[in-house]
Amino acid sequence: MSFDDWILALHVLSAFAYVGGLVLFWILIVAVRRTDLADGTIRMEPVVKVGNASVGIGAGGTILLGIWLAFSVGGYNIWDGWIIAALILWFIAAALGRQTGQAYMQGMNKAQELRGAGETGPNAELLALNRTQSGVVLHALTTIVVLLILADMIWKPGA
Amino acid sequence: MSAVASIRPDSWNFPLFLHVLGAMILVGAVLTGASVLAFARGDTRMLRLGYWSLLAVGLPGYVLMRIGAEWTASREGFNDEGVSAPTWLDTGYFIADLGLLVFVIALIVGGIGVYRLRAGKGAGLLKGTMVLSLLLLAAFVVAIWAMAGKPD
Repeated sequence: MSFDDWILALHVLSAFAYVGGLVLFWILIVAVRRTDLADGTIRMEPVVKVGNASVGIGAGGTILLGIWLAFSVGGYNIWDGWIIAALILWFIAAALGRQTGQAYMQGMNKAQELRGAGETGPNAELLALNRTQSGVVLHALTTIVVLLILADMIWKPGA
Repeated sequence: MSAVASIRPDSWNFPLFLHVLGAMILVGAVLTGASVLAFARGDTRMLRLGYWSLLAVGLPGYVLMRIGAEWTASREGFNDEGVSAPTWLDTGYFIADLGLLVFVIALIVGGIGVYRLRAGKGAGLLKGTMVLSLLLLAAFVVAIWAMAGKPD
């Protein structure tokens, strides 16, 4: 294996971490929709951290190693249409992902607030925050954009 | 030829997309299952969530990954008579086959564990499922490295 083959393998592993993190958040989004207890919401926090680490490492690894490959591998250039498309889509996905996180952190913050106040019973406001419609839409859009990046990487239109 | 320099014929792309998508769903589900089971601390809802992540998301992901793999391999001619598969493909098949065995064992053990939870018994079996999930994740990292880097 050449050095570039190693970088490609790490680039693909990063992509798996990125999408794996998105899958993790889909499962948590479905699970949290039935959670109206502060403790039930807070209990998911360590898993959210695993998801954040996976998405963070994955997103960082794909962009950095991807740019390395664009410069290093013969036959590809950073200004190739499919690579520019991937870069643009990556930034859109990152922005959408950040907003998704903000939408779901409202529920986590409310749960912390309720626990601090000693309220351990079901809470309708917490349930509404955990069922955020904008959060679902934003995560769906993030997923679609990341799948477009995956399709772009496989089909490489114009390459 | 270097793996990075290769451009595939268009007819290989859709099966490969399904293969990679299925594998990504599988990895995400196993990551979720292992994480949720690890952090459940005896909470019944979390233990069930961890198990169902593996069963309802991971298993369909595996099926999609495997269908995509066979389809891609046939398009690439690796299933033809007299064609010897490269090492990276053998590695992928080996991990996929052994991984399926471990995955099914994890699901059976976890299923019994979830059933025992209803009877108010402990979550020991689900800890076993968590350990097997972590082993699977490690094996998947090797498989992804082999499939992407294509070592000789």
